[in-house]
Amino acid sequence: MNRTGRMVFFLISVAGFFAIYLWALRGLSPFGHYPGPYGDVLNKVAVYERHATDVVTAVNFDYRGFDTLGEEFILFISVIGATLLLRRQKSETEDGDQEDESPNRTAPAPSDATRALTLALIGPMVLFGLYIVCHGQLTPGGGFQGGVILATAPLLVYLAGDFESFKKITSHTLVEAAEAAGAGGYLLIGFIGMILGTFYLRNVFALGKTGEVNSSGTIAAISIATGLEVAAGFVLLLYGFLEQTLEIRLGGGKGGGKK
Amino acid sequence: MLLIQVTILIFVAVAGTGVVLTREPSSQTVAISFYGLLLALMFFIFQAPDVALSQIVIGAVALPLMIMLALARIRRDREQSERANKREEKKAA
Amino acid sequence: MMHFMSFFPYAIAAWLFVMGLYGIVTSRNFVHLIICLAVLQSSTYVVLLSIGYRWGGVPPVFAGPPVGTPAVDPIVQALMLTDIVVEATVVALLLALAVQLHKHTQKLNPDELEALEG
Repeated sequence: MNRTGRMVFFLISVAGFFAIYLWALRGLSPFGHYPGPYGDVLNKVAVYERHATDVVTAVNFDYRGFDTLGEEFILFISVIGATLLLRRQKSETEDGDQEDESPNRTAPAPSDATRALTLALIGPMVLFGLYIVCHGQLTPGGGFQGGVILATAPLLVYLAGDFESFKKITSHTLVEAAEAAGAGGYLLIGFIGMILGTFYLRNVFALGKTGEVNSSGTIAAISIATGLEVAAGFVLLLYGFLEQTLEIRLGGGKGGGKK
Repeated sequence: MLLIQVTILIFVAVAGTGVVLTREPSSQTVAISFYGLLLALMFFIFQAPDVALSQIVIGAVALPLMIMLALARIRRDREQSERANKREEKKAA
Repeated sequence: MMHFMSFFPYAIAAWLFVMGLYGIVTSRNFVHLIICLAVLQSSTYVVLLSIGYRWGGVPPVFAGPPVGTPAVDPIVQALMLTDIVVEATVVALLLALAVQLHKHTQKLNPDELEALEG
């Protein structure tokens, strides 16, 4: 389809979209007057039923835990797909016949300011990520956000040094095992409910006292499993993209990728 | 409060238009990062702190990072193929 | 004034949707197309957020305020939260596809691509 044909089709679809959108909007209540019963019901009962003060995390991992299981597996499969696509294929091994165009020039080392700042931030970043994962049921946070924060800690290592140090701390099999453990852990925690005689993904752990970290039963456990999986998934993605990109080593200046 | 909400919504619309109309992907990375931050601010103003945390972490950090890495890879591929073409021309000549 | 505000966020969401779609339709570079897809997805976040909002509501986190205070809807926020993380990984998958495409055909323009060959 050439460009003008595409533009005409686009304009017709936009007109159709607007018609349907306006028709749908007439059925909604005006902005700011939320009518629905479910949100209010959940806001009232979630704290008492699950001993979790963050209702959004309770909805995510308990009341609608099955949907979150599905979404987590979408994430898992996307990471698998991306790493499969980015793997180093047999046809592109070392570029042996590539001459070094500028043998006297090496990549500039990161400046001292960058190094100092990133090295200082690695520890607090890991701690902050763990804090957000563990306190998901009390304050805004949870597995997804904390997992991505945890995944930026190896990235800081890469920024402070080079790709070799990044490769050293993210030994590939351990990260893959962690991701599988996170995804499988969520699945298995659901089965505990079935083993104990009730339905899948029922909250069967001890509920604890509201306001403490060790509360709300399976929500905390699922949050930790999700955090592990999201962190490992993003580290794998970063590894895949960085491996494809980097070829210049510090102090060497020699081109060519290496496996 | 109403004024703040209207302002941030207009900013989000303008930033979204800016992201689409920037044609060059490397400048678009900066634009999407800024757009992500504006969206996170909008989520805060509309009383959704969980979602805002998620958006900051993903839309302002992880997404532009992956886009930049993909662009770097594409650029390296282009340079490699250009060098291979030049070498073949030198051999033929 | 109230009348204007009762549909304004939905109008902004529709504008973002149309702009994202326009970017995808008239794109000349695959990476630009992928980023416009991200803008398209963010329009759904605006719609979901607007459905759940309540004037004068607090966030649905009851670590401070007592349980009875009128709060905004937590269900749509739960939907948006996982959606944002999944969007990032899907964009990563699409970027990996674009990288492979460029490696094999040296082209990034959707208009210039021909049919698949074996």
